[in-house]
Amino acid sequence: MTPELLSFIILAIISIAAAIGMITSRNAVYAALFLILNFGTVAVMYLMLNAPFLAIIQVSVYAGAIMVLFLFVIMLLGAERLNERETRPVMRWHRPLAIVLGAFLLALALYVLLTRLGQSTASVNVFGAGPLEIGLQLFGPYLLPFEVASVLLLVAMIGAVVLTREK
Amino acid sequence: MNTVAPFVLLSAILFTIGVIGVLLRRNAIMIFMSIELMLNSANLAFVAFSNQWGKLDGQLIVFFVMAVAATEVAVGLALIVTIFHTKKSTDVDDLSQMKG
Repeated sequence: MTPELLSFIILAIISIAAAIGMITSRNAVYAALFLILNFGTVAVMYLMLNAPFLAIIQVSVYAGAIMVLFLFVIMLLGAERLNERETRPVMRWHRPLAIVLGAFLLALALYVLLTRLGQSTASVNVFGAGPLEIGLQLFGPYLLPFEVASVLLLVAMIGAVVLTREK
Repeated sequence: MNTVAPFVLLSAILFTIGVIGVLLRRNAIMIFMSIELMLNSANLAFVAFSNQWGKLDGQLIVFFVMAVAATEVAVGLALIVTIFHTKKSTDVDDLSQMKG
């Protein structure tokens, strides 16, 4: 077992455990912190996959900005304690059905992966993916999506201001 | 590690956990966090395939997915705050009528 595979397995176990802890925790603040742990492990996996720039973006934008926004809203609303209905669902068959559907989806995905990905080839050419290469792509072939993304962010900003404005 | 399979496998598992979270939880904030988990697992698959083929396009897609996720969170959390002010709840079962 190579050290890379060993570190991947450890990271994967932490990542899956954090995800399961996120969807099962009773307190929304704990759930957000579990999700940040999951994002951190995924950022380390980006480093293993030759994507150092995305790893930094993952930590600063996802685990930083987005999750801080989540924590801010949870604490602003005082909604960290989940209410009684979370423990007693309205429909009795709701929870078993959700688990069965999720297991079915996972089985389907694993079937496709194990039948199609068995003959996957190794990475042939090692390539750089630092800020220079990403920036050259972003302002070259991906210029139009980049501008659309900036308009999208502007629209979201205006939308958030309009939605939370005092009447 | 050169093979792409373990990363895609982990991505599928994380995506499934996100789906189960959306189906199980009834709190709107928890549903949003599960959606973030699903977006993140899709990003992991994109980066893994990008590494496999030695092309940067997968990483650029991840960049745009992150922009869309930030947008979605900003608007979604603004909606949750507004709904909480009128309904005093973030439970999606309380939001079963169109009338505000």
